[in-house]
Amino acid sequence: MAAVAGAGSQLGDGQVAGGQPRGGLPRGRAGTRDGFTPWRWLILIVAGVYFLIPLYAAVRFAGWGSFGSVVHQSGFTSSLGLSVRLAAITTVITLVLMVPTAVYVHLRLPRLRRLMEGITILPIVIPPVVLIVGLLQVAPGFLKGTPYLLALIYVVLAMPFAYRSLDAGLRAFDLKTLVEASNSLGGGWGSTLWRIVLPNLRTAMLSATVLTVALVLGEYTMASLDLYQTFPVWIVVFDQTSGPISVAASLLALFVTWLFLLVITVLGTRQARRTGGGEVNLFAVARRNSGRTS
Amino acid sequence: MTTNTATGAVPAADQASGGASVSLQNLSRFFGTIRALDGLSLEIAPGEFVALLGPSGCGKTTVLRILAGFETADSGSVTVNGRDVSHVPPARRDMGMVFQSYSLFPNMSALDNVAFGLRMRKKAGPQRRSQAAELLGLVGLADQARQYPHQLSGGQQQRVALARALAIEPSVLLLDEPLSALDAKVRLQLREQIRSLQQRLHTTTLFVTHDQEEALSMADRVGVMRSGRLEQLAAPSELYAQPATSFVAEFVGTMNRIPGDIEGDGRVSVLGAALPIRGSRPDGPVDVLIRPEELRIAAAPGGNGIVTMATFLGSLTRISVLLSGDVTVQIDVPSAGSAALAPGTSVNVTVTEAEVLVTGRK
Repeated sequence: MAAVAGAGSQLGDGQVAGGQPRGGLPRGRAGTRDGFTPWRWLILIVAGVYFLIPLYAAVRFAGWGSFGSVVHQSGFTSSLGLSVRLAAITTVITLVLMVPTAVYVHLRLPRLRRLMEGITILPIVIPPVVLIVGLLQVAPGFLKGTPYLLALIYVVLAMPFAYRSLDAGLRAFDLKTLVEASNSLGGGWGSTLWRIVLPNLRTAMLSATVLTVALVLGEYTMASLDLYQTFPVWIVVFDQTSGPISVAASLLALFVTWLFLLVITVLGTRQARRTGGGEVNLFAVARRNSGRTS
Repeated sequence: MTTNTATGAVPAADQASGGASVSLQNLSRFFGTIRALDGLSLEIAPGEFVALLGPSGCGKTTVLRILAGFETADSGSVTVNGRDVSHVPPARRDMGMVFQSYSLFPNMSALDNVAFGLRMRKKAGPQRRSQAAELLGLVGLADQARQYPHQLSGGQQQRVALARALAIEPSVLLLDEPLSALDAKVRLQLREQIRSLQQRLHTTTLFVTHDQEEALSMADRVGVMRSGRLEQLAAPSELYAQPATSFVAEFVGTMNRIPGDIEGDGRVSVLGAALPIRGSRPDGPVDVLIRPEELRIAAAPGGNGIVTMATFLGSLTRISVLLSGDVTVQIDVPSAGSAALAPGTSVNVTVTEAEVLVTGRK
């Protein structure tokens, strides 16, 4: 009897989840497990076609042979190396600046959270030309002649994404209580940050890293305005020499970035599964924004 | 004072430091223009379990947080074992705290959570693990040592939190409404567990709650707070039987308010009896405060009231009676004899002879 009743109630749940296909976001796991109505398939197929056809066309245009010769082109290694170094430097600076700031704002200045959200969104609003001119005014002299100046620009550009990831991560657990619990047990600020805050912020930091790295590896405007040959700039420049090889390089960059994001996401999710924390969620930022404006 | 050894099987690791004395002197605290604490003083004896009870916003949590070091008082002092700790940071106050919200570190297993305080005290790995395991055993969670907080129920999480707070052998144990997030049955079990552990370990404990049943059943003494002041600090039985003020009388337990008349001899007449007044007597019209069990009721045609409701509470039944003047009182009677008091019955309500509190009529 009990089993029958249990099955009945499960069926009931499923019907509730499936019975509201127009209800917006699926609720929890029940919605994603059995919620594939024909509408969803249609949307999936349309979106798939929209994204995959250009990729397929690009692969056809480049030809398989181009992929092998990309690596041997002059400028490929140096520009990719520069982009990767910039990504690493930007990520480190971003996290070192943003994590303590976000933690401090959450703990001590919760009223400034709105203001911080406003400030951190500015780089998206301000035109790139203004940003770079402004930065050239204030940048330290020893950086002005080097491509690493770009890292400073990228830190600013990555701020909206990084801050929002960290902000969402900090909202996901009761930071104040955990910090107080640690303090009352004798944990000083160093050990509280290292043993309590950072481990619980791990997935948010991974999200911030993912977004920052993706941004740096794909950024073109700033680098070209500043006349440095990062990987995206090299692709555009090389396009004038050989179209197919340039396209092959773009595709390679896309796959490498994608692979990198996948690795980070899998790592973050594995940790989350162990401790029950949030998963690395690349789209948290977009969803939060749309939620706020509506 | 009992000692640890008197109760027998206390694990060696948990020989509490004997319990510290706590003295809060004249604490005041403003949040903006709101006065959270208004010159509050409180003495807690070593090993004593004191509960602070009051409605939300009365300042009870502020007292606890000042003692823990998370807030500082605008004026007044906090003394533990004769030492002024007013300016000692929380990490060095040596106080174990259990929070209202779940406060286990999500990234650590139950065992590591309990061992955290020992780690901060630079205890060696094997020693702190065995000590933590011992404490988990003490709260009945030895089998859950390897589980992470999200795998534990709410009640289990709070027990781990209790073990974690006790692991550091705190001079004072602070409980900030630790049971309020739990469901009724778990709450009752944990209540008993906290009390028996506290008595075994003899740890000085300050417990903050808005639940009078919790406060009365667990604490040696209960302080009732209102607007940042202690209205009364007394043993639970005294608080119930001899409330110092009408606020305490009405906040603790059920209390009837019945209009009375002050007589020339200083007594108050109510329900046909003239009763001596305890405590102060306000000017103007008064209400007399009488507990449900201090009223007598008998079915009587043409009596002074009519039964409006009978609520079965187990061994007792609570009878609501409408008296003349639109006053409703509640009276507890043994359920066995309540059949004659169905709603609509005309009854006669009288009061047993005792000192009563009076308060200005609402």
